[in-house]
Amino acid sequence: MPLVHQLDAAYSAAKADDGFQAELSSYLTHYVGRPSPLYFAKRLTDYFGGARIYLKREELNHTGSHKINNCMGQILLAMRMGKTRIIAETGAGQHGVATATVCARFGLPCVVYMGAVDVERQKPNVFRMNLLGAEVRPVTAGSATLKDAMNEALRDWVTNVEDTYYLIGSAAGMHPYPAMVRDFQAIIGREVREQVRLAEDRLPDALVACVGGGSNAIGLFHAFLNDSSVKLFGVEAAGQGLETGRHAAAINGGRPGVLHGNMTYLLQDREGQIEEAHSISAGLDYPGIGPEHAWLHDVGRATYLAATDDEALAAFQLCAELEGILPAIESAHALARLPEITREVGKGGIVVLNLSGRGDKDVNTVAAHLGRTI
Amino acid sequence: MTKSRIDNRFAALKAAGRAGFVAYVMAGDPDGATAAEILRGLPGAGADLIEVGFPFSDPMAEGPPIQRAAQRALASGMTLAGTLGMVRDFRKDDQATPIILMGYMNLLVTWGVEPFARDAAEAGVDGLIVVDCPPEEAGPLADALDLAGVALIRLTTPTSDDARLATIVRRTSGFVYYVSVAGVTGVKEADATAVAPHVARVRQAAGLPVAVGFGIRTPQRAAEIARIADAVVVGSALVDEIADAVQKNEDVTQRVLSKADSLAKAVRSARVGQTTV
Repeated sequence: MPLVHQLDAAYSAAKADDGFQAELSSYLTHYVGRPSPLYFAKRLTDYFGGARIYLKREELNHTGSHKINNCMGQILLAMRMGKTRIIAETGAGQHGVATATVCARFGLPCVVYMGAVDVERQKPNVFRMNLLGAEVRPVTAGSATLKDAMNEALRDWVTNVEDTYYLIGSAAGMHPYPAMVRDFQAIIGREVREQVRLAEDRLPDALVACVGGGSNAIGLFHAFLNDSSVKLFGVEAAGQGLETGRHAAAINGGRPGVLHGNMTYLLQDREGQIEEAHSISAGLDYPGIGPEHAWLHDVGRATYLAATDDEALAAFQLCAELEGILPAIESAHALARLPEITREVGKGGIVVLNLSGRGDKDVNTVAAHLGRTI
Repeated sequence: MTKSRIDNRFAALKAAGRAGFVAYVMAGDPDGATAAEILRGLPGAGADLIEVGFPFSDPMAEGPPIQRAAQRALASGMTLAGTLGMVRDFRKDDQATPIILMGYMNLLVTWGVEPFARDAAEAGVDGLIVVDCPPEEAGPLADALDLAGVALIRLTTPTSDDARLATIVRRTSGFVYYVSVAGVTGVKEADATAVAPHVARVRQAAGLPVAVGFGIRTPQRAAEIARIADAVVVGSALVDEIADAVQKNEDVTQRVLSKADSLAKAVRSARVGQTTV
């Protein structure tokens, strides 16, 4: 606990420090490439025939996803705290790559814990992390996936607390991580607010994002939480179908419990043993969801839908064919619910979807599911 | 009030001028029947108190030995209800040896902390250690345990400063568990010289006996810690005996009890000829 209290205090001080914010802002502009564009997806809009669809192009950030926003914030915080070694967990490898990237940029040693199963599934990202100078440690304990990688990173952190900073990638885990990761991702929604105002001179009617731990979604939602006219939709991974039990939908198919230092919706058995999540998307393959999403669900401010592997695959192909954009298979889960959401909002309305990552990393997975060899 | 079983045991140890030996085993490791047999044999092998782990799928504070023990236990079908059943059976023959359950919060949340506290007390549990429940979140659990007469035993670490220590010990009873190394169970080795001032500090802050654990694997190390602490906890080294015996197809119970016996003897003889602390 002293270590998270220390982190909480250091983050509160940094958050209030104009110098810290200015430095972060400068790196986000010149290194990450912000602001990311807000793009009117005309052909998707015409295809669905409902609300006007805008895509927030987070996949155009350096390293190809929204993950770098948070990594840049936390690495500056780690250096401010005098930490000299960075550890992280990763599922698909996107957060691992983003962490390895900022560690290379600032010359800090980096260890990334990754489930042995994921290491096998995501070899290109493992090599990418190695090229960036990071050591990837496969985790064989438990189910050898993301939650076990997080367990192992926590074990490392408590063992090496003096010099080590644990850079969590999702809006999950113990306080202050969910709030801190949200703050570093909230730039997404702040930009959207301004960009929609410039394009349409009003607020959007609905926001859509995929949710695993939920960092890209909370980043999009945060600036709009007090605008009750703006509907918020999170889309969980329904895997092979909620009814099959093989999914990663913590809100739609789980119940409240305690894991990794926070109380939230979890996939678990009757006794409370944590169950493995299943999704075509390694990035959504986590048995819990960030605690702020659990709260937004409980108070009814946000609506959490789900999309299956097959629906995400179809949306992946549709986006590629109609807009010339390969979305991350994670983001494709959000795309998959556009038919219902654009219909509900209706013609003349505005829907903003967070295209949180690019799909180049997923071409092998998609090919395998389509029965193609590449 | 089962809490008194812990207090009585530490009073007796103090009168005898020696430290206690606390043995940790995981319920259901390697299977329910063998674990029950080990539990029954531990007092005879010299265990003054016994910690019984209840298996959880994500034991993030444990090193590899106890992680694997939890996996063996879950594979054998052990549950929290099964763990309480095991304690209930143990109590038929042993009314004196304190039993402390140790595990993770989610199973207790699922059970309901109030009914769990009552059921644990009824089964003959004396204390509870919940690794992932910090004092800030422990109010309802502490209330329920107080009502049921079960001690909430807290972990303190080398990183707990005096202010933190005061928060930690506020609702602790029975004894305080001092984690002698920064890290997880069964990896680093404890150093008695470095541990001694911390034990004194914790004892002063809590006004309770201090048990030291995490990183004690050999009789020699156990004896060193026994000279400066009120009790010595050994877990991973016992659990490793189970893993090894299973692998070699040897008598698991005999191996664990023999290891416990050697550790207990080291703890019991540690202060012979020495002025008590």
